[in-house]
Amino acid sequence: MSNASLDAIAAKSDQPFPGAPNNWRRFFSFSTDHKVIGIQYMVTAFVFFLIGGLLAMVMRGELITPEADLVDRTVYNALFTMHGTIMLFMWTFPMLNGLSNYLVPLMIGARDMAFPRLNAAAFWLVPVFGTLLMASFFVPGGPSQSGWWAYPPVSLQNPTGNLINGQVLWLLAVALSGVSSIMGAVNFVTTIFRMRAPGMGWFRMPAFCWTVLSAQMIQLFGLPSLTAGAVMLLLDLTAGTSFFDPAKGGDPVLYQHFFWFYSHPAVYVIILPIFGTFSEVFPVYARKPLFGYRFVVVSSVIITVLSAMVWVHHMFASGTPSWMRMLFMFSTMLISVPTGVKVFAWVATVWGGKLRLDTPMLFALGGLVCFLFAGITGVMLGAVPFDIHVNNTYFVVGHFHYVIYGATVMGIYAAIYHWFPKMTGHMYYEGLGKLHFALTFIGVNLNFFPMHPLGLMGMPRRVSSYDPEFAYWNVIASLGGFLLGVSTLPFILNIVSSWVLGKRAPANPWNAIGLEWLIPSPPPVENFEEIPIVVSGPYGYGSNESLVSNNPAGELISEHS
Amino acid sequence: MSTANLDPTLNAHSVHAAEHEEEDHRMFGFIVFLLSESVIFLSFFVGYTVYKTNITDWLPSGVEGLEVREPLINTIVLVSSSFVIYFAERFLHKENLWGFRAFWLLTMAMGSFFLYGQAVEWMGLPFGFTDGVFGGTFYLLTGFHGLHVMTGVLLQGIMLGRSFLPNNYAGGEFGVAATSLFWHFVDVIWIILFILIYVWQ
Ligand code: HEM
Ligand SMILES: [Cu+2]
Repeated sequence: MSNASLDAIAAKSDQPFPGAPNNWRRFFSFSTDHKVIGIQYMVTAFVFFLIGGLLAMVMRGELITPEADLVDRTVYNALFTMHGTIMLFMWTFPMLNGLSNYLVPLMIGARDMAFPRLNAAAFWLVPVFGTLLMASFFVPGGPSQSGWWAYPPVSLQNPTGNLINGQVLWLLAVALSGVSSIMGAVNFVTTIFRMRAPGMGWFRMPAFCWTVLSAQMIQLFGLPSLTAGAVMLLLDLTAGTSFFDPAKGGDPVLYQHFFWFYSHPAVYVIILPIFGTFSEVFPVYARKPLFGYRFVVVSSVIITVLSAMVWVHHMFASGTPSWMRMLFMFSTMLISVPTGVKVFAWVATVWGGKLRLDTPMLFALGGLVCFLFAGITGVMLGAVPFDIHVNNTYFVVGHFHYVIYGATVMGIYAAIYHWFPKMTGHMYYEGLGKLHFALTFIGVNLNFFPMHPLGLMGMPRRVSSYDPEFAYWNVIASLGGFLLGVSTLPFILNIVSSWVLGKRAPANPWNAIGLEWLIPSPPPVENFEEIPIVVSGPYGYGSNESLVSNNPAGELISEHS
Repeated sequence: MSTANLDPTLNAHSVHAAEHEEEDHRMFGFIVFLLSESVIFLSFFVGYTVYKTNITDWLPSGVEGLEVREPLINTIVLVSSSFVIYFAERFLHKENLWGFRAFWLLTMAMGSFFLYGQAVEWMGLPFGFTDGVFGGTFYLLTGFHGLHVMTGVLLQGIMLGRSFLPNNYAGGEFGVAATSLFWHFVDVIWIILFILIYVWQ
């Protein structure tokens, strides 16, 4: 290891940059720099995470006692609808888009995304449809109450008779979010196909970029189906058509197909970049190459293809013919194969490594544990007889929150901590990070584990009151929920204070391999002084290969064993 | 403050390079966009087929079926315009600006004729948007497609206007290529739509 070059880079990165992100005003302006846009996405998304979380707190507050005493039935319906919608469309999607926006050009050695202005436009739609969605709290009748699925005929009810109502605003927001995501997807796909640095062949691209590519492909080909369904529903609601209205000859099950054709793959839009994050984080903190890199990336592609073929498993209980159920049950279970390949690769990567338990690694390990648990309950749900039994019980709610909070949110935290020094040029506070992890991990399990026994006992989902026999587990779940609320405080404190006061971060604080670690923290406006020429794969930990041929920092790569 | 990133020549150079790159990526991006767009149409087509095969009293009462003659003329005009626009592009590549403008304008005229024909057809129809699922899907599909034709004609107008600006269209240009690709796309969609709605009655 050459300390001289490390120090040289560190010294260099201590200098201020033109228009460096220290100038906070940039983040409130129409910038076309993918790094600024990335952070804009992430911060906006986090604000909505807090709002969605606040709604969750109210729900858990309601559910701490069996009676419906805190909010009434209709308010509760609006709460879970808005909570689910905000968490998916306003938090995870924008958050992961932000992360990908920030990282992909750096990781593939590009100066920016392929279409910088389109990129900015896609981002600025987020506050627009976010505002539309929030406005529904203030219109007569309040927000939509039909759940985030918006199944007709429930979503076709319009008791106030107003043209502007919660459901219409909801549909407009979802359709706009679709437009924004498709704009983003076009940009990502073009960028990854066309702008990789010289020498970066497909199998030299970091796994994270592969997962982003796969996820964005799903957006590209899945979202239009949701958009079509949303437009037809909107017309039913406002223009008097009857596409989905069974009372007027329409077909509500067709809506379910439109919806799930997108929304099942959408879970992979969320989880794939998390898989990518795991694949980046584990090698760094275990000091080992990613085990079976090729299998890991190929499995992402297989998951993408399979995910488009399994949507009907959400409709096992909607009168689907049984041959179809068997077919989709089989394809659903098939997805566990490529997923299992990934899990195996991560475990093999971590196994026997010199583990460094920094906060990113803790979150990644915690996320993996939750994902394994969710995988087991997921396979159970994929089995038709079992699914029919627990359909619409809390078992399902427990399962998907393990995926979506346990694996996804923890994976997002892992990514934020891991790349925080790169993004801000400052180190976060490790102690606060570990506290944040402990609270999150305990909170997730306290909150969401009890939902499984509740579901098996028969507690239905989407209820504001319940039989007192369910009270015991619900109290625990609520306490866990409040703990999760509290857990965000050390995170916010950490981010804000270290961004302002934290120690300066060197270019490569983790001794990681990857193009993004070869340039100063935070990266200058056009990322690379000179576009790097890539000469090896992304995970050469412990080998003597260098990653690029034309960068003095290339030496860095050859250290460690 | 003296990192190389401050070097003005370097920045100017790379900004220039980036602009060129963007030019190259546009067509790729546009094709990706069209692929995505076609899934919306596909969804509508699938919806139409599901309805048509499942609903027993499909046509609104009093409606016998759709008149095919006028839409057929429309179809012929639209399909031929795809050839006309192809020749317009060829003229541009040969740097024959007036040939380009003439054929381009002809394409616009044919597109407008299509829109006019559709408007006339719509006004003569005995059923409306809210007349059952049939009425809804009929106007949704033809309307959504019509919107695309309108967009196409609009884009063509912009490109025609730009061809009168100095120094434009020296050797073919992204805007023209994309507009023409879009036009072929709209054309193919119409053929499927025509078969689905008018031929398969
Ligand atoms: C403190 C954390 C959280 C708590 C306490 C919580 C609690 C809840 C509760 C009580 C429900 C209603 C379940 C039902 O009756 O069907 C629910 C639904 C849901 N949650 Fe969460 N949740 C949390 C975090 C999240 C996160 C981070 C996401 C996504 C990123 C999420 C996504 C959803 C979705 C999609 C629904 C379904 C909404 C619907 O049925 O329309 N939740 N959550
Ligand atoms: Cu699914």
